[in-house]
Amino acid sequence: MGNKTLNLSKDKVSVALAGNPNVGKSTVFNYLTGLNQHTGNWPGKTVVNKTGKFSYKDKTFDIVDLPGTYSLLSDSEEEKSARDYICFEKPDIVVIVLDSTCIERNLNLALQISEIHSNIIICLNLIDEAEKKGIFVSKEKLEKELLKPVIQISAAKKINMDLLKEEIYLRSFEDKKNNEISKIIHYKDEIENSLKNITDILPDNVSSYKRWVALRLLEGNSEICKTITDNFYLTENTDLKNVVEIEKNLLKEKNINVSDEIILGNYNKAKNISEKCVTFKKENHLKRDRTIDKFLTNKITGIPIMFIVFMFILWITVKGANYPSELLFSFFGKVENILYNICIEYNVPVFITGMLVFGMFRVLSWVVSVMLPPMAIFFPLFTILEDFGYLPRVAFNLDGCFKKCCTCGKQCLTMCMGLGCNAAGVIGARIINSPRERLIAILTNNFMPCNGRFPSLIAVSTMFFSSGIFLINGSLFTAFILMSVITFGVLVTFLISYILSKTFLKGVPSFFVLELPPYRTPQFTRVIVTSIFDRTLFVFLLAIMIAAPAGLIIWLLSNVYIYDKSILIYISNFLDPLGKFMGLDGIILTAFILGFPANEIVIPLIIMGYLKTGSIAEFSSLIELKNLLVENNWTITTALCFICFSLMHWPCSTTLLTIKKECGSIKYTLMAFFIPTICGITVCAIINFVSNILF
Amino acid sequence: MTLDILKTNSSATIKKLNLPSDRKRRLQDMGVTEGTTVKHIQSNFLKSLYAYDVRGTVIALRYEDICNIEI
Repeated sequence: MGNKTLNLSKDKVSVALAGNPNVGKSTVFNYLTGLNQHTGNWPGKTVVNKTGKFSYKDKTFDIVDLPGTYSLLSDSEEEKSARDYICFEKPDIVVIVLDSTCIERNLNLALQISEIHSNIIICLNLIDEAEKKGIFVSKEKLEKELLKPVIQISAAKKINMDLLKEEIYLRSFEDKKNNEISKIIHYKDEIENSLKNITDILPDNVSSYKRWVALRLLEGNSEICKTITDNFYLTENTDLKNVVEIEKNLLKEKNINVSDEIILGNYNKAKNISEKCVTFKKENHLKRDRTIDKFLTNKITGIPIMFIVFMFILWITVKGANYPSELLFSFFGKVENILYNICIEYNVPVFITGMLVFGMFRVLSWVVSVMLPPMAIFFPLFTILEDFGYLPRVAFNLDGCFKKCCTCGKQCLTMCMGLGCNAAGVIGARIINSPRERLIAILTNNFMPCNGRFPSLIAVSTMFFSSGIFLINGSLFTAFILMSVITFGVLVTFLISYILSKTFLKGVPSFFVLELPPYRTPQFTRVIVTSIFDRTLFVFLLAIMIAAPAGLIIWLLSNVYIYDKSILIYISNFLDPLGKFMGLDGIILTAFILGFPANEIVIPLIIMGYLKTGSIAEFSSLIELKNLLVENNWTITTALCFICFSLMHWPCSTTLLTIKKECGSIKYTLMAFFIPTICGITVCAIINFVSNILF
Repeated sequence: MTLDILKTNSSATIKKLNLPSDRKRRLQDMGVTEGTTVKHIQSNFLKSLYAYDVRGTVIALRYEDICNIEI
């Protein structure tokens, strides 16, 4: 990396956002940059540095959102990247975001950063939440204690955000070269003595970092020491080495554990500051959170409540998606007719009409009307849960099972990400520190139905399982089926994780600590507006980019004849025996294979395959679609097998590429391909076998 | 005594963290240091994690680790 000097132009300023996980850094980042990076209330949301820009007055600011960390002194990936950025990339300004509701713990990081950087803004976020809990922080006192400007904001409610911008602007005039780092913490006298002896012989190029470098050398974490000696060219400095050794031994003789003393010094200061600056106006300000936790994370009620919550979300999704879906269907149906008539009127050749209208347009309209409504309902709801702080609680509830499988409870968080997109889940697995557990999380992520598969599952369950049984009405039963599918996916994840832990990836569960963050009031309107808008745009783009060309290809496959049969028929006939064995058929299997670039197009591909060429079949609702499927011998068993195979088959191309990139190994990429595929084939074959015996 | 005997809703002060240095460091970073008072809130299903109130935040630790934390 090298000892980088500033090469930024005069009016470009670099700003880093640092802070504990879960303090709303990403919300601040989004506000400042105007980007819509997704935020969430759980630790580790930001796994890599994200960058953005904003302008204020005459200056442009490059802003980096560092991963949330508790400290800068450990060896985890996030801490390393945050540390290296602040120490060696030397941003002009560091904005430290603190959670006003728990200042004491948050101050640890703020104090650590104030030992390496002089140009700091303390940004007290979530003042609205703190106020609700009766917690008041004195800005003036805190400024006096930390010797840094303090801004009290609420990024979610947009309170005082202009003040923050103004302060960043003002701070950008500071010349950091002349700015000494102020000493805030006074450690044990023995340590201070040693520090002085070391700083005295540190060369000038270490400049204002002397105290910090001395502290780290004395502490002796080998990785940090190596980065420091490399960056400040101290590797050859034998005098320094000797002095450090002498001081270390001296402290050892006095029975002083440097690392413990530094932490204690930090926390004592943090406690001291928070006692001086924070007043609690309510007797028991944590009461609300504890009461909710009593139910949501209870060892008996926790898991059943979790089921009910997810069932409820699925039920709303199924129920709510029906109506807009029908509307979109009939709308696109009409447009298709109009397009067809226009083509006829202008004497467009039949072949081209078919290709454009029944190939591209129909697949596109399908993807939009089936995919869009459930996603536009499910994701805002899920995001609200996430904002509320429920996901770490899910991880807490399920950790027992993960531990039994010798894996990490954080895997649960990557699975939740997988519900959105498996590729995102695979990248998200970076939050897991142990490489073995991370690999397991990556290899099993595909068992969570993603964005692209989920709506197909909803569509097929609605078609085949919405008649209801006993007193349970239709959509509730569909929700129940979906819940069972997801639960089944989770169980398979457990099973495969367990098998992997006992075979290819042997090992014991590693260290795991989980913070259960304070509950927050979700930003309802923002969530709903942005996610509907984002999803809508996203699905439309996807439809245009993938579904339209795919529609074209599949139309060609089913309409280009070799002798008397279309190419599609050749392929599907070839796959038919395997398909039949799995309770499916050749067309369905072909659709899954052609759906490799994107799972969204599997159902449209199946419809294309079933439609006789040239015939104009209009689809204005799911019922008509069901009729088409039933005409092609779909039964409840076929639907069940379709759902299972959709849940368990090879990951899509994007996910596989991401896995390859994240693991850097062909072997694991192949495993990620074959594990779910083999599971899917097995499960479908069993379902088919059992149903053949029963019916 | 170690942390695992602490009953729900009762508090204790941590005396010593008998853990490998990397684990100890992570706990310290999250505010679980020697001399901190912690309150046991609850454990989860299958009792793999135990949640404690630590400096106004809730931290859940695995059973194996709390057995090595002296109070």
